[in-house]
Amino acid sequence: MSHHHDDDHDHGEHRESASMASRVGALIAKLEAKGILSEAELDAAVEAFLMNTQHAGGPALVARAWIDQPFRARLLADANAALDELGIDMSHWAKVKLRAVENTERVHNVIVCTLCSCYPVSLLGPSPTWYKSLAYRSRVVREPRAVLAEFGLQLDSSIDVRVWDSTAELRYIVLPRRPADTDGMKETDLAALVTRDALIGTGVCATVQRG
Amino acid sequence: MTTRFRCGDQVRTRAQNPEGHTRLPRYLCDRRGTVEMIHGLFALPDDRALGASLSTGRQETLYTVVFEGREVWRERSAEPLFVSADLWDSYLEPEPAR
Repeated sequence: MSHHHDDDHDHGEHRESASMASRVGALIAKLEAKGILSEAELDAAVEAFLMNTQHAGGPALVARAWIDQPFRARLLADANAALDELGIDMSHWAKVKLRAVENTERVHNVIVCTLCSCYPVSLLGPSPTWYKSLAYRSRVVREPRAVLAEFGLQLDSSIDVRVWDSTAELRYIVLPRRPADTDGMKETDLAALVTRDALIGTGVCATVQRG
Repeated sequence: MTTRFRCGDQVRTRAQNPEGHTRLPRYLCDRRGTVEMIHGLFALPDDRALGASLSTGRQETLYTVVFEGREVWRERSAEPLFVSADLWDSYLEPEPAR
C-alpha cells in the first residue's frame, strides 16, 4: 500500500517538473521574441551564477570559526559582517541576510525551506535534488530524527533537534561541531572536512577514517 | 505597522487561509509559538505577489518564531522537536502566557 502511494507521489513530481520545464521554455521564448533578453545574456547569467557557486564559501567560513573564537562569536551575532571579513559575497539576485546557527552537544540544527527551495547557494554550492524534494521538505519538519537516520546520522536522544524553515528573505547555515581529533590542523585542512550536508544539518563533520 | 512583539512573547499564528499568497506555511497555522528574534522591516510577500513594488507594498516587522513539535503536530509527533519559521507581523496575534 505504501509502495503504491510512493508511485503516485513520484508520478506527481515528474509531472510537476515536466510542466515547469515547458513553462520556463515558454517564458524564455517570449522574452527573446520581445527583445527583452537574448540567449547570450541568459547563458552569461547562468554561467556567472554557476561560477559563483563553484567557490562556495561555507567550508572556509566554518574552518575560520573553529580556529578563531572571536570570529565565531561575530559569525553567530552577525553572519553578514563575518562574510564581509572573509571577502565572501553571497548576494546573487539581491542582498540576502544570513544567520549561522551553531550545533552544540545539546542542540542539532537542520535547515529546510518547506515553501519552495530557499538555500544559500553561494555558501553551499548548488542545492542537492533531495533538498528540493517534497519528501525532505514535508518530513524533516515532522520527523527529523527519522530523516537524519536515513542520511546515516543517528542522534543521541539527549540532543534536541531544531529545524529552521526558511520562509523569508533570511538564509541559514549550520555551524557544525569541530571533530574532536583535529587539534593543530591547518585551516585549509579543516575546511576540507566541512561537507555540504554538515552545513545543511543532514550530516556532521568527521575526520577521514584511515586504515 | 509597528513592531507589536518582543523577544520572549507568546504569539499565535493566524488561522485563516488567505485567498492570495502567503508565506505562513499551512502546518504552522493556528499554532502557539515564542518570538525568538526580531529582524526589522521586510516587504510583505502577500502584497508583493499582487504586483506591489518594494515601495508600494506593506513593510512589516519580521520575526523568528519557534514552535514546539508537540504544538505543531499534536499527538502525531512523539519526538522532542523545535521548528522555527520567519514570520511577518500580520501573521501573528498575541497569545496569553501560560
